[in-house]
Amino acid sequence: MAEVKTKSEVVMNRVAIVAVFVALIIMLTPIYWIASTAFKPRSLATTVPPTVMFEPTLTPFAKLFVRRSQMREPVEQEVYEAAPWWEKLIYDDGENVVRNRRSGDITPSGYADRYKNSLIISIISTFLAVSMGTLTAYGFSRFKVKGEQDWLFFILSTRMLPPVVVAIPMFLMYRTVGLHDTHLGLIILYTAFNLSFAVWIMKGFIDEIPKEYEEAALVDGYTRLQAFWKIVLPEALTGIAATAVFCFIIAWNEYAFALMMTNRNAQTAPPYIPSQVGSGLPDWSVIAAGAFLFLLPVAIFTFLLRNHLLRGMSFGAIRK
Amino acid sequence: MARVELENVSKRFGGTRALKELSLTVEDGEFFVLLGRTGAGKTTTLRVIAGLEKPDSGRVIIGDTDVVGKTAAERDVALVLQQYSLYPRLSVRGNLEFPLRPKVRKMKDDEIARRVERAANTLQITHLLDRKVERLSGGEMQRVSIGRAIVRDPRVFLMDEPLSALDAKLRESLRVELKKLHQDLGATFLFVTHDQVEAMSMGDKIGVLRSGRLVQVGSPSDIYERPRNTFVARSVGSPPMNLIEGRFSDGKAEVNGFSLPVASSASAGPAVTFGVRPENLVLEPGAPAEAKIFDIEDQGVVKILTLDMGETRLHATVPAGLHIQRDETVRFGWKPDRVLTFDKETGQNLAVA
Repeated sequence: MAEVKTKSEVVMNRVAIVAVFVALIIMLTPIYWIASTAFKPRSLATTVPPTVMFEPTLTPFAKLFVRRSQMREPVEQEVYEAAPWWEKLIYDDGENVVRNRRSGDITPSGYADRYKNSLIISIISTFLAVSMGTLTAYGFSRFKVKGEQDWLFFILSTRMLPPVVVAIPMFLMYRTVGLHDTHLGLIILYTAFNLSFAVWIMKGFIDEIPKEYEEAALVDGYTRLQAFWKIVLPEALTGIAATAVFCFIIAWNEYAFALMMTNRNAQTAPPYIPSQVGSGLPDWSVIAAGAFLFLLPVAIFTFLLRNHLLRGMSFGAIRK
Repeated sequence: MARVELENVSKRFGGTRALKELSLTVEDGEFFVLLGRTGAGKTTTLRVIAGLEKPDSGRVIIGDTDVVGKTAAERDVALVLQQYSLYPRLSVRGNLEFPLRPKVRKMKDDEIARRVERAANTLQITHLLDRKVERLSGGEMQRVSIGRAIVRDPRVFLMDEPLSALDAKLRESLRVELKKLHQDLGATFLFVTHDQVEAMSMGDKIGVLRSGRLVQVGSPSDIYERPRNTFVARSVGSPPMNLIEGRFSDGKAEVNGFSLPVASSASAGPAVTFGVRPENLVLEPGAPAEAKIFDIEDQGVVKILTLDMGETRLHATVPAGLHIQRDETVRFGWKPDRVLTFDKETGQNLAVA
C-alpha cells in the first residue's frame, strides 16, 4: 500500500513540475519576446517566422534615446566618421539624428524624461499610499472606531467602479485646479487609487500582530507611538513589503489616466512608449527596447523584497 | 512597593458589565490571588490597574495616588501575560532590556546591563541571554517574561495567568519559584488565575471573583474552611465540596432519610443545604448513612470515591489502604464539626451571615 502511494506521489510530483513548467513558458514567453526584440535590428523585428538566432545589437536602445528622422540622402562622410558608436548605429539603420539648429547638439528623445517621471510619481505615490494605509489600518485594527465596518466598506467601495468612468470629470477638475499635467496631480491620483487597497491589506496584517506586544510595551513605559514604531512596524514589515510591491506595480503600469491627465511635463512612460508607433513606420524593436527598460524597476523592486514577499503573499503567515 | 486599591470600579464592554462596583485592596508586599472562572472579570481588573482599560467609574489607587487619569507608562507597574509578551525579533537580552530602554527612564547602558544581569541571575536564565526568543521552551519563555517584569523594580507586579500555558510539571516548579521570588523581592503581587490549586498554594490572600463582583476575600484557609456561600465552597478544593439538600429535625441533619449528627443547628431554617468536604466524610460500619459506590479513583495516597446516596452523588476521600469495590454498599457518616450549612435559596453560609 505504502509503495503504491509513494508511486502516485511521484507521479503527482512530476505532473506538478510539468504544470509549473508550462505556466512558466506561458508567462515568460511575452517577456522573452520583448527582450529579444529589443536587441534585434529593425529588419528582423517582424519577420515571419520569427528569427530566433540573430546577432544582438544595441541599435534599438540608441534609437530609443535620440530624436531621429527618416534620411533623405545618405549622411555625409565626415559627420559619420566623427560620430560616436551609438550614433553610427542609427545611421547604419538608415535614419538620421535630429540636431539642434543653432548649437548642433543632438536632440534627446522624450523617453528618459518620461521614465524619470514614472519613477518619481510611482515611488512617491507608493510611499504615501503605504504609509497612510498602514496608519489607517493600525487605527482600525487597534481602536474602537464607530461604524468600523461601514468605514471599511466605504474605503473599499472607492474601488468598485472602473476608474475610467470618472476620467472625464477628473480631467475637467484637474484642468480647473491646475493639476493637469503635473507630477503632483498623478501622485494624488495614484495615492488615492492605492490607498483603499493598502488599508485593507495592511489591516489583515496588523490584525495578525497580537496586541499584547504593544500593551506590554505601554506598561513598560513606552508611548503608543513609540510602541507602534518599535513593535508593530517591524512585525508588519512583511505586509508592508507586499503592499508596496502591489501599489508600485499599479502606479508604474497605469496607462489610462496618465494618457489623459498629462501630455508633456508630467507624462509617464506607459503612454509615451506606444506614441512612438505613430512616428513613421512602427519600429517594433525600439518599442520593445522601451518596454524592456520599463520592466526593470519592477523586477528589481520585487527582487529586493523577495524574502518578505514570499511570506507576505501567503496572507497571515506571521507566526503566532 | 505599594498597595493597590480599587474603589467601586465599574467597567462595561458594550452590553456586558465586566466589573460591577468592584472594591479590592492589595496590601503592600502581599501576594494576592484573584480566583475566578473565564469571564469573571479577572483580566479586566488587571488591565484596569495596569492602565490598559479605563474604568467607567470608580477609583484606582496605587501607593497613595489615584491613577485613573494616568497612562500605563506612568503607573510603574509590570504585567506578565500568559503569552505573547516577548518580542520574537529580539534576543532574550533584547527583551529584558526593552522595559529599561524607554526614553522617559533615561537609564544609562551600564545600569541597564547590570539590571539585566541581576534579573537573569535571579531567574537562572543567564545562559539564555543571547538566544533568540523563538528558540526557547515554554518554561524558559515564561521565565524571561517574569524577568522582563523584575528588571524594572516596579511598584506592583500584575500577573495574568502566567502559568496556565505550561505543562503540569513546569507549572508546579514555577509556582514554587514565583513564591520564592515574591519573598525575595518583598513586592506587591496581584496574580490572576482560574486554577484553584494555584490560588490555594500561592496566595497570602485570595479574592474570589464572580461576574465582576468580589464574593469573598480571605486567607486560603478562610476560603477553604469558611466559604461565604456555595459558590466559593465549590470554587476551591478538589474534588469540590459536597452539597447535600436536607433539613434539620430534632437537632440532627436529615438527608435522604438518614439522620446525621451536627455540631449546631442554631439559627437555621428547616430547609438547608449541607456542605461537607470529601475528606470529612467517614466510611465506617454502623455509620448512620448508606450509599453505593459508583466509582473509585485510586490516587496512590488516597482513594477518591464517588458515592450514590439515592439521587445525590457525593465524593469522599478515604485512605488508599481501604478495601472496597465498585457497586458495594457502604455505611458512612461525617465529622459533625466540619459540616457547613447554607441557605437553600440564596446559598449563603448561615454561620457567616
